[in-house]
Amino acid sequence: MSTIKINIVSSSEEIYSGEATMVFATGTLGELGIAPGHTPLLTGLAAGPVRVQNGSDEETFFCSGGFLEVQPDLVTVLSDTAERAESLDESEAIKAKEVAEQELANKDTSIDYAKASAQLAEAVARLKTIQKLRKKQ
Amino acid sequence: MANTKEVRKQIASIKSTQKITSAMEMVAASKMKKTQDTMLEGRPYSLKIKDVISHVALANSEYPHPFYEERKTKKSCFIVVASDKGLCGGLNINLFKQVIAKSAELNQKEIDSCFALIGTKASSFFKSVGGEVVAVAEKLGDKPNPDDLIGLTKVVLDLHKNNDIDQVYLCSNIFVNTMTQQPNVEQLIPLAPEEQNEEAPSQWDYIYEPEAKELLDGLLTRYIESLVYQAVIENNACEQAAKMIAMKNATDNAGDLIKELELLYNNVRQAAITQELSEIVGGASAV
Repeated sequence: MSTIKINIVSSSEEIYSGEATMVFATGTLGELGIAPGHTPLLTGLAAGPVRVQNGSDEETFFCSGGFLEVQPDLVTVLSDTAERAESLDESEAIKAKEVAEQELANKDTSIDYAKASAQLAEAVARLKTIQKLRKKQ
Repeated sequence: MANTKEVRKQIASIKSTQKITSAMEMVAASKMKKTQDTMLEGRPYSLKIKDVISHVALANSEYPHPFYEERKTKKSCFIVVASDKGLCGGLNINLFKQVIAKSAELNQKEIDSCFALIGTKASSFFKSVGGEVVAVAEKLGDKPNPDDLIGLTKVVLDLHKNNDIDQVYLCSNIFVNTMTQQPNVEQLIPLAPEEQNEEAPSQWDYIYEPEAKELLDGLLTRYIESLVYQAVIENNACEQAAKMIAMKNATDNAGDLIKELELLYNNVRQAAITQELSEIVGGASAV
């Protein structure tokens, strides 16, 4: 029986890697069944189970959304670890901006290159001195 | 000449510092293992998404994505990944040096720079030297959550979408091994096209469900996020390794200092005894 390679990964770990005769997943537009030799497909995944069948064995993984790519001999599931929503992204973005504004309130926006290089030079010199001292001892 | 009490005090204070640095060395060593594991656990995702992206790049897509588009550059954004805490040798400073050099180089070509900063050390550095900061993410801890970086990445990508910036660079340390960390400035956007394989048939395209635009937007955003996340966890591993080395050196140096001071202490003590003796002998002969 022909098989298709399947990899399921999330951003913090590799969940599953192996061969399958059939893969079932929940796409954003509906249930999908992928057999070996499937035409190239790119789709979003809705939260739901991903079932991997290999002969009579079957394994089920939960996926909270992400992407699914199909190549004729390869299925890749890129799973999100967290629930994502546009509104959530937006509030996170606003938070990141606020932190930046708080940190740098009333600051000139052009970089003072001279100051930066002076500071860096000083820090590097200090490190070099420490290294030299260490060598001497 | 210094008196014995003074020298003894100094030795005691250096000894207590040495205790602290050796404790920090051990803490860093144990954390280093954990952060390296986290770094390795994150690798499969970034490798897989890279594979998918390279397939997408090969596909003869109906929708050319703006991330691939080379625009006339007026402004660049640097995503700078640094540590939250110090005491890790030259790790952050070497990185900032590269960032500033790159920014100065772009400045000469009349390209402005702005910065998205990750890590307290980065924000305090750019606070003191100036520079336009668009987003900050701090205090991510030893096991950063990908969610904590979504906001920052979104700010940068939105700026790109609105044509406020034309290039994005990712600046972080690369973990070579425990002794070596390499500061690196890498171009994220426009995405460098993969090496084109001439023989590869590029006449196929994906079936997109739902729309190509929506999907590719989501996928490429996720790709950039994963690269930033990977950079953060790699930088964490670098930080702990650098900290361990720095603290080990500090402990060794404290040991050397203590040895020297003990020698001095003995000299001073001996000198005091000799002086006392000679005073007694002098006094006795005077009587």
